[in-house]
Amino acid sequence: MELLSGGEIVARALEDEGVEFIFGYPGGAVLHIYDALFKDCKVPHILVRHEQAAAHAADGYARSTGKPGVVLVTSGPGATNAITGIATAYMDSIPMVVLSGQVQSHLIGEDAFQEVDMVGISRPCVKHSFMVSKPEDIASTIKKAFHIAASGRPGPVVIDIPKDVTRPDEKVEYVYPPSVKIRSYSPAQRGHTGQIKKAARLLLGAKRPIIFAGGGVVQGEGSELLVELAKSLNLPVTNTLMGLGAYPGSDRQFLGMLGMHGLYEANMAMHHSDVIFAIGARFDDRVTNTVDKFCPGAKVIHVDIDPTSISKTVAADIPIVGPVQSVLSDLLTQIKQIREKETELPDKSALDQWWQQIEEWREAHGLWSGRRYGESDRIKPQQAIESLYKITGGDAFVVSDVGQHQMFAAQYYRFDKPRRWINSGGLGTMGFGLPAAVGVKLAFPDRDVVCVTGEGSIQMNIQELSTCKQHNTPVKIFNLRNNYLGMVKQWQDMHYEGRHAMSTYEDSLPDFVKLVEAYGHVGLEVQKLEELDSKMEEAFAIKDKLVFLDIMVDPMEHVYPMHIAPHGSMKDMWLSKNERT
Amino acid sequence: MRRIISILMENEPGALSRVVGLFSQRGYNIETLNVAPTEDQTLSRLTLTTFGSDSTIEQITKQLNKLVDVVKLVDLSEGAHVERDLMLIKVRAQGAHRDEVKRTTDIFRGQIVDVGPNMYTIQLTGTSEKLDSFVAAMDSVDILEVVRSGVAGISRGEKVLSL
Ligand SMILES: Cc1ncc(C[n+]2csc(CCOP(=O)(O)OP(=O)(O)O)c2C)c(N)n1
Repeated sequence: MELLSGGEIVARALEDEGVEFIFGYPGGAVLHIYDALFKDCKVPHILVRHEQAAAHAADGYARSTGKPGVVLVTSGPGATNAITGIATAYMDSIPMVVLSGQVQSHLIGEDAFQEVDMVGISRPCVKHSFMVSKPEDIASTIKKAFHIAASGRPGPVVIDIPKDVTRPDEKVEYVYPPSVKIRSYSPAQRGHTGQIKKAARLLLGAKRPIIFAGGGVVQGEGSELLVELAKSLNLPVTNTLMGLGAYPGSDRQFLGMLGMHGLYEANMAMHHSDVIFAIGARFDDRVTNTVDKFCPGAKVIHVDIDPTSISKTVAADIPIVGPVQSVLSDLLTQIKQIREKETELPDKSALDQWWQQIEEWREAHGLWSGRRYGESDRIKPQQAIESLYKITGGDAFVVSDVGQHQMFAAQYYRFDKPRRWINSGGLGTMGFGLPAAVGVKLAFPDRDVVCVTGEGSIQMNIQELSTCKQHNTPVKIFNLRNNYLGMVKQWQDMHYEGRHAMSTYEDSLPDFVKLVEAYGHVGLEVQKLEELDSKMEEAFAIKDKLVFLDIMVDPMEHVYPMHIAPHGSMKDMWLSKNERT
Repeated sequence: MRRIISILMENEPGALSRVVGLFSQRGYNIETLNVAPTEDQTLSRLTLTTFGSDSTIEQITKQLNKLVDVVKLVDLSEGAHVERDLMLIKVRAQGAHRDEVKRTTDIFRGQIVDVGPNMYTIQLTGTSEKLDSFVAAMDSVDILEVVRSGVAGISRGEKVLSL
């Protein structure tokens, strides 16, 4: 039997849970814990420069590895600073465990120094939360938190720990429970066989089918089975912004991302389909455009681990609640059984016609079948991404911030593997990119990790350049510099007659090259198209240093296609500044 | 349509605020809410009434079930059930009018539980509808205070909501 203090239990439990990194920032309420980490803990602690970045870094780690990210922050401002990062993880269903310090138990409710009701303030953006009231409960609570965060539909879990619970002088018995059972929590283990049978029938009978796969397929490790399904029936596949990489981006059957800035062929194929096989996707408003006009001729099969995602916005004809892996493998079995008896299925000639139609759409306006952006002597942001794709062989971890650069990256970088595309889809959090890239680089030190960003986004967490120095995370930062809050400017151009209210910085931007040099990194400026590839190669050749590439791009460029809203359907898109469907 | 949703949940701090928070966060209505411990100290029973289309109610029940603290849930309005709301109502009762209040109370099978020279406090149990009719039967100027427990409900027959 081993006696440990609350602080020591936190350190040991994280070790025993197999945690690889703790992302955090110290302060009064967590000093006992930090002391325990300092004295005896094998888990390295990464000191960020702002607690929001701790949550994003843990998030980047989680997205790239599939394991829960771990955050440690102090009470009050430490906890509130972490909220944006927690909400970001929540919206994209990312497993995360956040340990926050709290004021001493007897002070709770007295507006004590650095007191904030963390359980209350985080409630709408966590999967679950705990407040620990005695040291004996710490180990089991941590075990439960990891279990909840990583199982079912993953999400962030907060554990709020009052300072006195971690006191060094109160020692209690320590045992890390090997497993947990929570009577009120049991995520689905398998899909309903009857429903899966129906889905197999519907898919096999379809004349214009499409697979619509989201982030759930990445999270649920369902990519291989998804490819098997698509290949076995020759189905076209589209991915959501969160799903990119769930299906190989360079495969012939892949139509690209769908939705507001989705590819023409993806949106057209969705709109004209007769059966949609939706999996691990939630029919979010950035995908559907006007819900009433969404894919009028389609029957919807919807597979998701979370029943609340099903029929929330678009009614499902065949709902299936279950983990993507088991549902896909059951579905493949059913399809095989039906086809053994009914060898004429699926209808090959209907599918050939469907593919012919899709190829025509592709030829007409696809982003990969011809150059869709204008000529200019300036670097087009799309070109910067195309170069990045070429130079990294499509195999880098691309971590994005939020804005036009994010959409260009999603459209033009063709991800062949899951977990390579890391971005804040649901919350759209500017400032996510750099800290998330730090988390990815720590998990994969030998891989190329690129943060694609804009001058707006990078400045929201630019202080993390210092974290990169301290913890040696030589990421590559590609700043698509358009000197505007580009996405805001685009909306103002399109909907506000070009009135650029607060979307320019006038003359206030820093010299980024000098700035990163001041932090001890390398900065390179790219002005001309001719030097784009060579500068990128130069950046990647510097393996042991963070390189910031400041790439001057055409500020007038808009992201297209773009859904026409309000009142438009999936097929209603702007294709350029003056061309629409 | 009006629904009665009855929930068995962990008797943990924060559990109630998660349920209530869900309603405000997602824009659902709560009409009445009633929570109390059960025979099992680790559980509390929460009953709420809400209005919404079938699809809204489906989302509400799914969202509630998703809360980690919620152990089990039933939509009582889907089957035969008994529902009771308790009301304490303080009314002005003076002169000739005093008798009339007493008579109405008897008709509704209410009980006068507190008496003052100029007032009665009446206790009434029944469906929410019955309590509404009693309130309507009183002259609104005579009503001094109304307190209601919110609906509590249970299925008829052998069906039980338990672990
Ligand atoms: C924290 C936060 N604040 C505001 C926004 C709204 N917003 C979305 S995109 C954008 C502009 C982003 O500018 P930049 O990072 O320079 O990228 P660009 O669009 O120019 O590529 C803004 C302000 C946001 N998504 N996140």
